[in-house]
Amino acid sequence: MYAVEMRGVTKRFHGTLANDYVNFFVKKGEIHSLLGENGAGKTTLMNILFGLYKADGGSIRIHEKETRIDSPLAAISQGIAMVHQHFMLVDTLSVAENIVLGHEPRKGVFFDREKAFEKITEIAEKYHFQIDAREKVGNLSVGVKQRVEILKALYHESSVLILDEPTAVLTPQEADDLFRVLRGLKADGRTIIIITHKLKETMAIADTITVLRKGRTIATLPAREVSEEKLAELMVGRLVSFSVDKKPLRDNRPVKMKLSHVTLQKGSKKALQDVSLTVRGGEILGIAGVEGNGQTELIEVLTGLCSRYKGTVTVGDRDVSRAGAKKLLNYVGHIPEDRGKRGYVKGYANWENMILGYHTRPDYITKAGILKTKAIQEVTRRGIEEYDIRTDGIDQTTDSLSGGNQQKLIVGRVLMHHTGIVLAAQPTRGVDIGAIEYIHTQLVRLRDEGAAVILISADLDEIVKLSDEIAVLYEGSIVARKPAADFTGRSIGAYMLGHTKDEEVQA
Amino acid sequence: MDFIVSLLAGTIRVTIPIAFAALAGVLSERSGVINMGLEGMMLMGSFFGVVGSYVTGNAWMGLAFAMVSGAVFGLIMAVFTISFKCEHMLAGVGINILASGLSIVLLQMIWGTKGKSGIVEGLGIISVPLLNKIPVIRELIGTVSPMFYILLLCVFLLWIVLYRTPVGLRVRVIGDNPFMAGSMGVKVYKYQYISLMAAGMLAAMGGAYLSIGDINMFSKDMVSGRGYIALSMVILGGWHPVSVAACGLIYGLAQSLQFRLQTVDIPPQLVQMLPYVITIFVLVFARNKSKAPAMEGVHYYQKGE
Repeated sequence: MYAVEMRGVTKRFHGTLANDYVNFFVKKGEIHSLLGENGAGKTTLMNILFGLYKADGGSIRIHEKETRIDSPLAAISQGIAMVHQHFMLVDTLSVAENIVLGHEPRKGVFFDREKAFEKITEIAEKYHFQIDAREKVGNLSVGVKQRVEILKALYHESSVLILDEPTAVLTPQEADDLFRVLRGLKADGRTIIIITHKLKETMAIADTITVLRKGRTIATLPAREVSEEKLAELMVGRLVSFSVDKKPLRDNRPVKMKLSHVTLQKGSKKALQDVSLTVRGGEILGIAGVEGNGQTELIEVLTGLCSRYKGTVTVGDRDVSRAGAKKLLNYVGHIPEDRGKRGYVKGYANWENMILGYHTRPDYITKAGILKTKAIQEVTRRGIEEYDIRTDGIDQTTDSLSGGNQQKLIVGRVLMHHTGIVLAAQPTRGVDIGAIEYIHTQLVRLRDEGAAVILISADLDEIVKLSDEIAVLYEGSIVARKPAADFTGRSIGAYMLGHTKDEEVQA
Repeated sequence: MDFIVSLLAGTIRVTIPIAFAALAGVLSERSGVINMGLEGMMLMGSFFGVVGSYVTGNAWMGLAFAMVSGAVFGLIMAVFTISFKCEHMLAGVGINILASGLSIVLLQMIWGTKGKSGIVEGLGIISVPLLNKIPVIRELIGTVSPMFYILLLCVFLLWIVLYRTPVGLRVRVIGDNPFMAGSMGVKVYKYQYISLMAAGMLAAMGGAYLSIGDINMFSKDMVSGRGYIALSMVILGGWHPVSVAACGLIYGLAQSLQFRLQTVDIPPQLVQMLPYVITIFVLVFARNKSKAPAMEGVHYYQKGE
């Protein structure tokens, strides 16, 4: 018996087909993984199922009954719930208020807050969630917030639960907890759909897998019968290599950059606390940590975007603590964590974005202050070729490229101007597998050629795969720092959660 | 003693229109719309209050006229900011210019003047039994404009609605995260439209107090910036109806003090600056823990629009 049947679902956005006659069938009581790359149409399909988008064509059956779902309200009333990737929670309200919104218990015309607290506590206890219904959501950790989202579904007695990239923000430990919860819900007879592009978690939890590619259904198969490699091939449409070839560490690894006792106050909190790091040429230093533990501030210190910290930063023998962003750009190449914000300018052409930040160098500007258009265009053409940027040409606006190609342009820009130190922050976020592979290769090449690479990433697999040395940030402090080989994914995860005692890390 | 009593009585009178507008600001911003158009909505209240009173001969009908005009202007604001996704600031400034122009044109058509309307029936003063027997209290709240008590009622009602009813919870969530509200099946647009229309009414009541509650006539651009002052009270009072209304008193006191200092031998321009300088200082130095609704001013799109 099927819980969800979507037939021939089609959705167009401004002429592009996000879903092209997609078929998607989910059996009752299973955990079904909807797998695909960014932009494959997974989230669009699920937003249609949840009534957030209106499909241009196709039909939906829920529990063998033909239905129309034209709003989230309709979806909720049919027993469908969705846990969005960006949590739909209001920090200033209590857990219970967040959950009952839209279906509030009432006493006359008034909102019955006590009843809401009672009810949520009851449900939380039933499913062994350790959550205080009265706590403000803003005080909760990411893992617990996700639990609140799941409680929403349980409050509405949903039988079908959709989770959009549920582990994207979790540590391995938190992900394990989540999987335990999901298995419990499955045992309870509920149907679970997970949207993901991660192969590992699909293999770990799914019963059945549907692969989407470029808006089309490629295959639906039982998880038992496939391998990770096969899934990757289905997702991307070609063979994908998972490993990167790294040359052995060279003996001569000079210190390129040094942070000594950097402390940064932000409001009443210490965003960075006594951070000391040494960055060596020919090495990739990976910085792991749950987001919001000081990564952004560390990036701002390393690039000179922020200089009101205590402590010193040196490049070679030079003290650059107060040098500012423009000067530091001469030494440190910066692949920003949010490319839309700091990576490129919307509405600018590729040739403009290709030299952004370097436009005052004599290569690109005459003494009179006029841009050397020819030289710039030449450099851009070379960059597009060398870094495999798929674009209509140098005049296309960068924002109209795919995420992967935008990122390749930024990586290209940095690598063309820097051979000494490169800071790569979330270099493969929101980028398809093909581009991830490419960007990783480039970073490793840079290292092999003797550059110092600082890799800041929330993606633990990426950190483990690329780094020679790993430091873990927790609440603004470096809580662990060792050669990569001395860590396991799980032990990094434990440090990321703030467990510092050895036995906790072992567990 | 007499000085203090008259100072405080003056404070209350000045506070009434500001507090109404500030309540309107609280409601708009809680529902996610930055309401720069308060000034215009107040002005419409002032004008149509007089028109209503002139046409019907009854000041209370004037107040009703004012509220309807405020609701209409709230509706216009809603159409532009919510349905047409216009920048909230721009829409508000547009509302203000429209209100100012409209009042002048209609003034010309009805009274044939450019600056002032004729004198109309006003709301007058009510004398509250018991309270009008106690000295000092009598001067402050014993014999006051009925709008003072209507204001207290509105503060109380807005507080009850925002914090004690499902509707209020929904409105507050919409200001913080309309996408979350939408994902829970809450009809975001509906609540925003209703909030803005109710806010328009509140602002217009404040405006009506200026005309039919005080001098019983309309004069061109008589709101003179109170709508903007109200917006800063919203921030100062932390988007909470009770504390926002209370913050109105700070400005009221400064304004009232200013009136009374004009007889003292200081350049009058300096004295007239007082309320604004105090407002700025309080805004700069007051430490306020509460945050603005997280997504005010952000355009919300429903269902793949």
